[in-house]
Amino acid sequence: MANILPQPVQQLINNFARLPGVGPKTASRLTFYLLRGTDKSLAADLAAALLELGEKTRYCSRCFNITENDPCEVCADESRDETVLCVVEEPLDVVAIERSRAYTGLYHVLHGALSPIEGIGPDDLRIEELVQRIDDGAFNEVILATNATLEGDSTALYLQRRLAGSNARLTRLARGLSVGGDIEYTDEITLSRALNGRQEMH
Amino acid sequence: MPRERTFRTEAIVLRRSDFGEADRLLTLYSREYGKIRAIAKGARKPQSRKTGHVELFMRANYLLAQGRNLHIVTQAELVEPYAPLREDLVRATYAAYVTELLDKFAPDEEVNRTLYQLLTDALARFALTDNFLLAARHYELHLLTLVGFQPQLFRCVVSGATIVEEDQFFSVELGGLIAPGHERADRNVRPISAAAVKVLRYLQTRQWGAVESLQLRTALHRELENHLHAYLAFHLERQVKSAEFLQRLRNEAQLRDSSPIEPNS
Ligand SMILES: [Zn+2]
Repeated sequence: MANILPQPVQQLINNFARLPGVGPKTASRLTFYLLRGTDKSLAADLAAALLELGEKTRYCSRCFNITENDPCEVCADESRDETVLCVVEEPLDVVAIERSRAYTGLYHVLHGALSPIEGIGPDDLRIEELVQRIDDGAFNEVILATNATLEGDSTALYLQRRLAGSNARLTRLARGLSVGGDIEYTDEITLSRALNGRQEMH
Repeated sequence: MPRERTFRTEAIVLRRSDFGEADRLLTLYSREYGKIRAIAKGARKPQSRKTGHVELFMRANYLLAQGRNLHIVTQAELVEPYAPLREDLVRATYAAYVTELLDKFAPDEEVNRTLYQLLTDALARFALTDNFLLAARHYELHLLTLVGFQPQLFRCVVSGATIVEEDQFFSVELGGLIAPGHERADRNVRPISAAAVKVLRYLQTRQWGAVESLQLRTALHRELENHLHAYLAFHLERQVKSAEFLQRLRNEAQLRDSSPIEPNS
């Protein structure tokens, strides 16, 4: 089939389609929305934001979260508890935990999880930096907040082995029932983990 | 594929990837339909009732709706989670190896109940055994047989002569053993010990129950692994990611001198 779309249009469609969760149809719809220009400044704002994304962001040299300034806001904040470290897979996990307002310590972002299936090994993640940080630091507790997936579990198991010699207490997020969830509909693994992690009431 | 709009099957999750906002794309190996792909909607959200059932290596009963391109998971009921695979990195890596090999060798939508049985047996085994190396070799040999790549271990692949259990040669290209004297038929021929020949034949022709108590020297384990990995890599035309991952774990364990990651080797 001959390509009837002008090259710049096709190019934007192709690039949108490379994003996760965007199929060719959505990519075309987004492109034509920008092309029609009902929202006059959108395309220009978007282009500027994309440029800044590359130019103005970097990794925090301490926690490896994405930041504008190094050290990042959390690492630079003196009111944070410097004796607790929370290890997460992705920057978005930091956002989620911050939103809970239940945590006041520091973070370490691994940028992924170990995956035997995808061939993602320890060297592909910020694990050496984590080990170094724990060796150097004065953390009393290290919380492994990896996902409850096979990769998240594998990563936590690996870190448990790597950090066996450290003085900090190693903990893992409790696996429990989700808010609003019926026990009747909870899967067996979650339920057995929730039972194992049950808490004293008095 | 069935004609009905919805159909039931028991299946194992071989692979899964994130799809869209909160969905997962699953590659399933099913007892009734072989390898199929399906979308589990909302599976990444903890509230989803399906989440626990669509995790890797889990065995579940699925109710699937036929879509235009992909099937859609409408219900999943857990049969066996193989929980120990999630609690030990080495077990998880072997389980990944089992599913990766099956995914690469099994063609789409081709029913093979014996292969399904081999898969579920292997996952159950790696959840239980400490004899990882032997279990891996047994699985490889039986998988190769079921998918039509069985290495010839009883007749010389060059001359057709009956193989004697002695030091000889193994050819990945020609697909089996080469008796002494014919090894020039393959430039990349690999010397193989009499002991390795004996163990390979034993593993290829017997069920797990008959071989599980076999204890082999580390050097022999390494030899067997090298031959079979070379054979698999030749037929797959690429390396196996989980096997490389296992090697990295081993190298690291050695480097750091902690306890060996395979107690039995
Ligand atoms: Zn930081």
